[in-house]
Amino acid sequence: MHIPDGFVAAPVAIAGAAVAVAGLAICVRRAGRDGTERQLPLAGLVAALFLILGAPIIPVTVGTSGHLLGGTLAVALLGPWLGPVAITVVTVTQALFLGDGGVSALGVNVVNLALVPAAVGYPVLLGLRRALPRAPTGTAVAAGIAAAVSVLAAAALFTAEYVVSSAAGVPLRTVAASIFGVYALVAVLEGLITTVVLRALLALRADLVRVAR
Amino acid sequence: MSATHDPSAALLVPADTPVHRMPPQCKVAATALFVLAVAATPTGAYWPYLWYLLLLSAVAAMARLPPLTLLRRLVVEVPFLLFVLALPVLGAAPQLTLLGMELSVPGLHAAAAIALKATFGLLATGILAATTPLPEIITGLERLRVPRVFTAVASFMVRYTEVVLAELARTRTAALCRGGDPRWLWQLRDVATGLGALVVRSFERGERVYLAMASRGYTGALPVALTGNPASRTAWSVALAVPVLAVAGTILG
Repeated sequence: MHIPDGFVAAPVAIAGAAVAVAGLAICVRRAGRDGTERQLPLAGLVAALFLILGAPIIPVTVGTSGHLLGGTLAVALLGPWLGPVAITVVTVTQALFLGDGGVSALGVNVVNLALVPAAVGYPVLLGLRRALPRAPTGTAVAAGIAAAVSVLAAAALFTAEYVVSSAAGVPLRTVAASIFGVYALVAVLEGLITTVVLRALLALRADLVRVAR
Repeated sequence: MSATHDPSAALLVPADTPVHRMPPQCKVAATALFVLAVAATPTGAYWPYLWYLLLLSAVAAMARLPPLTLLRRLVVEVPFLLFVLALPVLGAAPQLTLLGMELSVPGLHAAAAIALKATFGLLATGILAATTPLPEIITGLERLRVPRVFTAVASFMVRYTEVVLAELARTRTAALCRGGDPRWLWQLRDVATGLGALVVRSFERGERVYLAMASRGYTGALPVALTGNPASRTAWSVALAVPVLAVAGTILG
């Protein structure tokens, strides 16, 4: 999912950067209002976990590296404002250090990986929590489904970004089919991992999960 | 900060060169601008890349980096190159025939541009990572007026990476001692519960680290000694010369 340099056209990269900066500015302001000083170490810990677990675990043939994206897990743990901040820190570190994702595509990557889980995953999570039983398993399953939905939303956005860039006039249907074929699998795995990890956390330390408070 | 707290230590090539000594904020800004300049190269133009290669080689030579270390980094882009290979086959007309295959000309140009830009992005960030420890990059970003929430989370991330890696090693040792060695799909439950336990254990150790910091007077801001110094005008002009030269090459080329 980490887009490298040169993959999207310059206007798309610039638009992505503008959306990313605007979205993150809102996140920073709202996170500050929440009084998050005590939550900062937790955010750092989430970022460290994603940096380590972000090593590619699912080989993807169509050219995007698939691994735990973790955005929805982050917003479930840290809330919709601090969660994107933690994911953005990981994304920037991956681009500058690990060569995962390009520096010029950072804006687009931040939108796909950090802002989509907050804008799509979090509302889905809140809605499902109302529908499902209040028990820890209900919350964990709701987060899993929200994670899968936000992976698919990110995949749709990625397809749109790629088609607008239209590098070589590859037809929309071919691109969409190959991306969605792969990301359907990624979404299922992401949902499962999110559910399992959140279930374990809720059983042992429910106070760390912001969405359950 | 000691090397054990630095997850990027493996990428670092320690040496005492002008590139290593350069203030981190200058290096981060120069790298980002260079990558942006490369990304802005129009599709179908190939001469500028020779110029970029020359610029990067000069910086790498000045930093005394072994070329193989930088080239090894390019392994990351292999999956993307597989995608790029599909472009000439699937792309639009006009077509040309090469070795009996119908290849799209715009597809070939697009594939070449993507591969070259991704490669140069990796080489440029590779030089940054090889000459600058991650904690220094964070102080550099702080100097570049990145909001403090980001740098605070990032510096906690650097510290906790070591905590999590140590927990991971402990959990793995404990599992091995009890005969646990999950490698098949039906043992997935072991992996999942292990992951959950790792998360919880890391959280609890991280909490203790935070309380220790708080009891020693941590209020959210790092001591001035760790936040770096302003860079001199000379350092800025030397660092920014690289992206400026890259842009000049693009325009002239």
